[in-house]
Amino acid sequence: MLPEIGQFSLIIAFVLVLLQIILPVIGIVKNDRVWMQSCRSLVLGQSFFLTLSILILLVVFAFDDFSVVYVAKNSNSALPFFYKLSALWGAHEGSLLLWIWILSGWTAAVVLAARHLPIAFLARVCVILGLVSAGFLLFLLATSNPFWRYLPNYPLDGRDLNPLLQDLGLVIHPPLLYMGYVGFSVPFAFALSALWSRSMELPWAKWMRSWTLSAFSFLTIGIALGSWWAYYELGWGGWWFWDPVENASLMPWLVGLALVHALMMSDKRRVFQGWTLLLAIITFALSLLGAFLVRSGILTSVHAFASDPARGIFLLELLVVVIGGSLALYAAYGKRLISTVRIEPWSRETLMLVFTLLLTVATAAVFLGTLFPIVNEVLTGQKLSVGFPYFNNVFIPCFIPILLLIPMGPIIKWGKNSILDLLKKIQIVFVVSILLAVILPLAFTQKTAGLATIGLTLGVWVVLATLQTGYEKSKQKGGLLKLSLGAYGMILAHAGMGILVIGISIVSHFEIERDVALSVGETLVLNHEKIQFMDLRRVEGSNFMGYQGDFLLAKTGGESIHLYPEKRTYVVQGTTLTETAIDPGIWRDIYLSLGESLEQDKKRNVKTNVTRWSVRAYYKPFIRWIWGGALLMAGGGLLAALGRRQKGAS
Amino acid sequence: MNVVQKRRLYFVLILTICSLVAVLLVIAALRENINLFYTPSEIKTATIHPKHRLRIGGIVQKGSVKQHNDLETFFVVTDFKQTVSVSYRGILPDLFKEGQGVVVGGYLLEPNHLKADEVLAKHDENYQPPGVNQNAA
Repeated sequence: MLPEIGQFSLIIAFVLVLLQIILPVIGIVKNDRVWMQSCRSLVLGQSFFLTLSILILLVVFAFDDFSVVYVAKNSNSALPFFYKLSALWGAHEGSLLLWIWILSGWTAAVVLAARHLPIAFLARVCVILGLVSAGFLLFLLATSNPFWRYLPNYPLDGRDLNPLLQDLGLVIHPPLLYMGYVGFSVPFAFALSALWSRSMELPWAKWMRSWTLSAFSFLTIGIALGSWWAYYELGWGGWWFWDPVENASLMPWLVGLALVHALMMSDKRRVFQGWTLLLAIITFALSLLGAFLVRSGILTSVHAFASDPARGIFLLELLVVVIGGSLALYAAYGKRLISTVRIEPWSRETLMLVFTLLLTVATAAVFLGTLFPIVNEVLTGQKLSVGFPYFNNVFIPCFIPILLLIPMGPIIKWGKNSILDLLKKIQIVFVVSILLAVILPLAFTQKTAGLATIGLTLGVWVVLATLQTGYEKSKQKGGLLKLSLGAYGMILAHAGMGILVIGISIVSHFEIERDVALSVGETLVLNHEKIQFMDLRRVEGSNFMGYQGDFLLAKTGGESIHLYPEKRTYVVQGTTLTETAIDPGIWRDIYLSLGESLEQDKKRNVKTNVTRWSVRAYYKPFIRWIWGGALLMAGGGLLAALGRRQKGAS
Repeated sequence: MNVVQKRRLYFVLILTICSLVAVLLVIAALRENINLFYTPSEIKTATIHPKHRLRIGGIVQKGSVKQHNDLETFFVVTDFKQTVSVSYRGILPDLFKEGQGVVVGGYLLEPNHLKADEVLAKHDENYQPPGVNQNAA
């Protein structure tokens, strides 16, 4: 009964979404406020029914109702309770429902929070978000309904959740990532409404900024969590693989970063408004493209779990309609936005324009590398893949000038600047950054960082120059506490970017990755730290069995701790999985994961003193800085968003 | 030329130069890093330069996996028509199993021997590498 109610509320939500499109449009045509006002209650009603149906699906999962196909395929009675709930977004149908629910949540937030918006504008925003929502709901109801049943013969137990997803990181990663992806629908809807309103005078850029900043921040956290998960769960110790699915999330992130900054120009100076609107459209288009790439299975990827050509084609059609429609609107009305304001060559406007262009170029490079295999296969029939060196080779040269520019943005003023003054302000910090990047690695490791010195210099430069700007700003305002939330946000986000770059530079140059064969009792030395293989025993969990290694890590300081990496076999699906053991630290991680048993004769009784296993033992310096920097960036973005809201209220 | 036109000219010039540099970088990087994908049957007929990195997809032949002095592994990849032998040094992924689909990347040392530096196993029990039809066996 319960699944049918869930199904029913999905249909009601769909009807409400259709009304949410039709009624305000009538209002806009008739220029009637009452019709336009209807969008508020329709949006709230829609999100109520979607919330109801997602709650019902959660309950169905919690009570192991295996008559529901989706539950039977992705859960199991022996699955820990927490993972039963998160299994909701473990596969296609549920994550699509989650996607739609988050979209309705953002729409409801716009309706509730943006009370200052003129109703004619809000009605348009609701219509556009309604169109996106209707497309996805139709998709859900037609091809991927999570409430479908196996009747009358349903299985007694479920096929279990993919063991890779039975992990805290993956419980929170998809919702946050979707908050980001879907959040970009709000600036997209605002941009289209601005075009649709055909009015140059509306301060749409001001209205969009806090929404864009929030979506961007959630996406940042989502990507960082995904990278952290891949690091400890996949067991190869990498934090970024240039995998198509990762690229699918990186592209909207890069353009979103450009959009956040372009909005400042459009808001404060009313310049490059057309470019800003275009960026808003591209950002959302790339979010949709990400959904298409991940869900259609068109790209082979380690993350692609479910794929079905019918779904792919529907998503592709949706993508074409959304992108085609919005670009047509842009082509028709975008001309009005061309401003005649004169731009000074040495000004924050120019710098930000170059910054956004560089980010767009970087995005295009990633886009090409990700989609080239598909295009090539369609054109020539030859299958190929693009190796990760391609991405490093094109991405890094794009990011060098970007990093040079980042801390200069807040230093240079809007309008005319003297280039000499600017150079005077930054020269000391720049020289100090180079010196630190050369001297610090020499002092600690007696080695230079090689080519990574460039990255290290840029990272240190971004951090130091940002702190200098923060210091000067607070001196001007008369104290650190007098700074606005926006200024704090900028300092945090920029410094976070620098910290991320420092982390990437150091870990990629100084990491040590050793794949070794170890017998119980043997010791391995990894960058002055001793790791001894003490013991190997069997372990058993509620839905898995496996081996656990016991390693004693003697740290450089004299302290020693035990690490317990595991090799698990999940009973229901028969999949084997590595559980890594990590000794984390600000300066370095020691990372252990079990490979396989190297006993040739498996039938022989396992005597612990002769057990021999292959082991990955990795030394990863500064790796935490990568995620730490990303979190700072996200925190800075959220602070700035909050600052914008406070300003809007006063 | 007036000021506005001059400004536009500079802007267009800078944009053109930047995009040219970007396009050149991208093309150079793409040329060096393309891994062509073959099935064991295609390998036999294709002409492959030993310095070009490539990928082969197929099924790990049952009974073919041999572990040599600890971390060196030999196995045979098949599409049930032709086979290629593969050697790999390192730890194999969790999902690597006899009878399962794999994609191996590396360099062809001999016409039917690949020295692999990467072994990918799909996170899906039902996955088959493109171009391999298991029913043909």
